[in-house]
Amino acid sequence: MTTTDTGTKLQRTKIAVIDPVAAPRPPRRRRNDEPVDRGALSTADWHRPTVKHTWRTMHFLLLVLLVVWCLGPLLLLGKFAFTPTQDIQSAPLAFFPNGATWHNIDMAWNRYHIGHFFMNTVWVALGSWFVQILVATTGGFVLSVLRPRWAKVLNWAVLTTLFVPAVVLLVPLYKIVVDPPVGESLVNNFFAVWLPAGASAFNVVLVARFFAGLPREIFEAARMDGAGPFRLFWNIVLPMSKPIIGVVSVFAVIASWKDFLWPFLVLKDQSVMPLSVYLQSMANVDKGTLMAALAISTLIPIVMFLVFQRMFLSGAGLGGAVKG
Amino acid sequence: MTTDDVVLADRHRAGTATTPTRGTPRGTPATWARRGGLTALVFGLPILLVFGIFSWWPIISAVVMSFQKTNMTDAAVWVGWDNFAAIFTDPLLPKVIRNTAWFALLALVFGYPVPLVGAVLMSELRRRKGLYSVLAYLPVVVPPVVAVLLWKFFYDPRPQGVFNTILGWVGLGPYSWLNDQAMAMPSLVLEATWAAAGGTVIIYLAALLTVPPELYDAAEVDGASVWRKVWHVTMPHLRGVLLITLILQIIGTAQVFLEPFLFTNGGPNHATLTVMLWVYQLAFTSIGNHFGEATALSLLLAVFLAVLSLAYFHLTRSWSES
Repeated sequence: MTTTDTGTKLQRTKIAVIDPVAAPRPPRRRRNDEPVDRGALSTADWHRPTVKHTWRTMHFLLLVLLVVWCLGPLLLLGKFAFTPTQDIQSAPLAFFPNGATWHNIDMAWNRYHIGHFFMNTVWVALGSWFVQILVATTGGFVLSVLRPRWAKVLNWAVLTTLFVPAVVLLVPLYKIVVDPPVGESLVNNFFAVWLPAGASAFNVVLVARFFAGLPREIFEAARMDGAGPFRLFWNIVLPMSKPIIGVVSVFAVIASWKDFLWPFLVLKDQSVMPLSVYLQSMANVDKGTLMAALAISTLIPIVMFLVFQRMFLSGAGLGGAVKG
Repeated sequence: MTTDDVVLADRHRAGTATTPTRGTPRGTPATWARRGGLTALVFGLPILLVFGIFSWWPIISAVVMSFQKTNMTDAAVWVGWDNFAAIFTDPLLPKVIRNTAWFALLALVFGYPVPLVGAVLMSELRRRKGLYSVLAYLPVVVPPVVAVLLWKFFYDPRPQGVFNTILGWVGLGPYSWLNDQAMAMPSLVLEATWAAAGGTVIIYLAALLTVPPELYDAAEVDGASVWRKVWHVTMPHLRGVLLITLILQIIGTAQVFLEPFLFTNGGPNHATLTVMLWVYQLAFTSIGNHFGEATALSLLLAVFLAVLSLAYFHLTRSWSES
């Protein structure tokens, strides 16, 4: 009951086009003769031969296109990872003309230590995730539940940053990281990526909207039972907000996995350098090794995507509209 | 534990919060703390600190820095409009603007209609919709650096290159792709479209789910054909989403960095030098330490994008509300 309530509330807001996690599918009336969710084509349409054949053909062509265009390059990458460099260079599309090899993988893993840089990326992602969740949930709690007098100003100040494109922040943010208000330079320190990641107005807005939709009677009841604001936050608000926290988490992990320019500027040392930055520096090594390194770096995100596809796809549907 | 300890905002606003009865003046720090002011501040600390240091301050600092000359170590010198003047008189500026606009335009031509057609087709699937969605979204989860380096290899200008081999089968090429001034930018956009189109498809699919089936039923009662239903029911319903993705795509592509940086580093002969890449080069490369000019340029882009979005939303407000 509560989740559907907040789900529909979220849908009405401008930013959240649809919130598929809280409400997996918008409630729709079904007629008896329509066993499935219908689109423009009705079941009757599907029984008409011309319609059926046209759309079947189009769907088939679309599938072929998707396989060739979206999957093709990745299959090719997978093949390259096991092909001797000679063959990659001379006949990239031939199917293992001189047999397959583990050499590339071996080189990428043992000589170029892809695993180490991979772990750095994992650390970057985990830390960014934690800071983003911390800022978004506590911030959302202040904005939507506690609502002190200065919440209005805070809300306005956070919303304003939504309209400032990232390009503006590049140089001044670098200046702050090189010469922070307290302590030493943060260059080559994970905090240089973790902390700025938390300043995501989009996360705060999403979470604050969700918190605002939670039924206040429950807070009231908790208060009657003697729960203080900390218990209210930890034992009531957070557990009720798992869907939105899941969405923000997926965004956070994907964003830090994809990020390049900022880590490239501030995580220059090999001990902290994430995978994306390291791969870029590998651009001129032996092609076979490079391809194996690329394939390894792609494997984990793809496996994660296939395992959590529902979350990825619903998150993309929700947040894509605000990715700017 | 008294009720004062927990102050819920609605009580506050409704004025029903326990008002101090023993003659305590309203505004002392003690009452403020007892009424939950302190708790709110504790919870507000992460957002205030992180946004303050890493968002609000840099935004202000950007404006200040654009009027300064600084190398980040010595004290900054105030130089007035010099940085802006340097940008405006730089012979690269027209080229950079043209390149960025060309990238944005090509990205619209390649990347705007195709996901729409794909999503409309996919929304009519009765089975295996999941398979289609997963396939379409697959490139989006590939790390962007991986995608660019892989495509860079595909664009190998030798006849044995991947794309040249494929085009050779139908008697075309070989092309020099990234080494050709005219072809470099479209090649970049093609990869960028490959990497981003899946995300757009999923957004459209989500929006298509919200089309009320009753509208289709009603159209059928009126004897509408399949194409008329798609054109007159589905499309109008997508209008809002289409308008938003259009401006967001423009804002995103105007700040493109990764593709020109990794594919061509702005070459050949500045043919792919975009605004964002120029900002980077001004600030962080050997020609660089022009932090002031870089900030001035990024501010100019931001102001342009802000004006563009305002104009866009003003123009389209009447269409999207209906």
